[in-house]
Amino acid sequence: MKFFFIHLMPYAELDLDYDKQHNSAWVTLPNTYYDAAKGTKLYNRYIDELVYADKLGFDGVCVNEHHQNAYGLMPIPGVIAGALARETKNVKIAVLGRALPLLTYPLSVAEEYAMLDNISGGRLIAGFVRGIGAEYHSTGVNPAESHDRFHEAHDLIMQAWTKPGPSRYEGKYYHFDYVNTWPRMVQQPHPPIWIPSQGSSETINWASHPTRKYVYLQTFSPADQLKRFMDMYRAKAAEYGYEASPQQLGWATPVYVADTDEQAKREAKQHIEAFYNKFLRMPFEMLIPPGYLSLASMQAVGQKARAAAAGAAATTIESVMERGMFICGSPDSVAQQLEHHQKIVGYGKLISMMQFGTLPHDLTMRNMELFATKVIPKIRHLGEDDRPIKVEAAE
Amino acid sequence: MSEAKEFYETVAGCKVQMLRGGKGAPLLFLHGGGGAGIWLPFFKTLSEQYEVIVPEHPGFGRSDTPDWLDNVGDYANFYLEFMQKFGLKDVNLVGTSLGGWIAADLAVRDQSRLKTLTLVAPAGIHVNGVPKGDIFLWTPEQSVRNLFADQTFAERVLAIQPDEDERRRRMKNALMLAKVGWQPRLYDPHLRKWLHRIAKPTLVVWGDSDKVIPAQYGPAYRDLIPGSKLEVLANCGHLPHIEKAGDTTALISKFIAEAK
Repeated sequence: MKFFFIHLMPYAELDLDYDKQHNSAWVTLPNTYYDAAKGTKLYNRYIDELVYADKLGFDGVCVNEHHQNAYGLMPIPGVIAGALARETKNVKIAVLGRALPLLTYPLSVAEEYAMLDNISGGRLIAGFVRGIGAEYHSTGVNPAESHDRFHEAHDLIMQAWTKPGPSRYEGKYYHFDYVNTWPRMVQQPHPPIWIPSQGSSETINWASHPTRKYVYLQTFSPADQLKRFMDMYRAKAAEYGYEASPQQLGWATPVYVADTDEQAKREAKQHIEAFYNKFLRMPFEMLIPPGYLSLASMQAVGQKARAAAAGAAATTIESVMERGMFICGSPDSVAQQLEHHQKIVGYGKLISMMQFGTLPHDLTMRNMELFATKVIPKIRHLGEDDRPIKVEAAE
Repeated sequence: MSEAKEFYETVAGCKVQMLRGGKGAPLLFLHGGGGAGIWLPFFKTLSEQYEVIVPEHPGFGRSDTPDWLDNVGDYANFYLEFMQKFGLKDVNLVGTSLGGWIAADLAVRDQSRLKTLTLVAPAGIHVNGVPKGDIFLWTPEQSVRNLFADQTFAERVLAIQPDEDERRRRMKNALMLAKVGWQPRLYDPHLRKWLHRIAKPTLVVWGDSDKVIPAQYGPAYRDLIPGSKLEVLANCGHLPHIEKAGDTTALISKFIAEAK
């Protein structure tokens, strides 16, 4: 198993009573809630936490991209990744953005990732996402074009990395006569590619294709959904005629470790509840604008998602632990939970979010230490598969 | 004549649902973002004087979704082809909201088959400093309430429990409205540059309490189309043809009768 430490960099100083006047921490929450003096401290604290993961022996660190919200302060994740490229020595650096459809010039991602790969000496992991629905309200990009723009931007970026330039790209949304990215990648032909998703059969079919075999990450989902989508990836791979490696399957989840189960739960409670109830809070219309999902997907998830969005305010630590959306307890019990899910689900990459919501620095650092020293050694052997992943040549 | 026939026709490779009723000069009605499919009292009254034709736009309701559909310009060209295919001449074209945008865009492209143009709370332009309602952030209930000035209309709509098919059609309509109207929001920055080309008699109708496209858009539209006339209805929201069906019908009939 490979262990990654992900940070969302929330605005932990958020006045949690904001929801008396505003229905979301996204898009429309006035930015006057943000205090830059506090923000300066938070950014530097969070970078320290990411750097600490390198010292503790995690395999990688992850940053991500969200816009206009208190949930995560990384609208431009490359800024943080750039700092990490210099401040860390061994970890892989995964950028779990960029939200490709939001861009009019996606070659900027080819450039940014190539810079990061050069500065870090080939430690970059390239994430590609569509962004959640809220980003489409924030940026004005049409959600109904999201899928097509994602696929075109992806093809364009891969072309920039793998085809000697200058080359030409002719798409519907993107058209460039000179695809000629400088600098070129250190990792050839391109860095590992990860596709984080909340679960979509369209994404899984695409990511698992034999010409791609991208790492699929299921993010912040109940255990039953985690299993469903990991099974879907394996089944799709089998349909394509190959066996999916655990290396292709990642799980992103909040984790909290303390000396005992009771202590862990007591310490984490207010912070994980703030994460789900306050920082993630948004109405259905913001989360899933029309066109963001295909009509078929919308019909399948629409009613459920609407209920989930409406019920978000009722989340408790017990309910998220019960549903496998939060792994919490003593080192032994966290190791057991992760092993239990690994046996059922077969993931080979764990992306643990060890700061969440308002969790303060000292608890975050201790959480990371206990996890690195007392949990990782117990489960490192699980989901190991060192065979290289061979992709087929594209048409 | 007040009853309508429902049937399907294929135009530009796309099968569309149509309602048609009445006899007289042709009146082609282009619906708004909520779709069509119901023979409204407004149509019934108009069909006493005109042959009223109400197609459901490609991508909406019971109509198919063609591959070629990306924007309102596609709709404008589609309805030009539609009029040509059915040999419609001297058409009284009436469009509301999204349909008004389509009608205005169509008239800029080719007005040779039109006799008159009626735009009811049309989308299609933007007036700086006058934001439209953020319809895509409204809950379903807010959306219904914000369509009407008189909330008894909203209550009646909200009381209807949609079945599975109707829910699907509503999702489909919302998706298609987003597809053609999300960005720039409900307008085309290039349309206003050419609205002066519209030479047919034009009536613009607006509700004074419109929360989707505020009534300030009325004078802006009127000023962009030479010789056009603006009528503002009091205590009326975004759907004058429903909320003030009688007044709107009377305005349109009088306007068409007087149009030369």
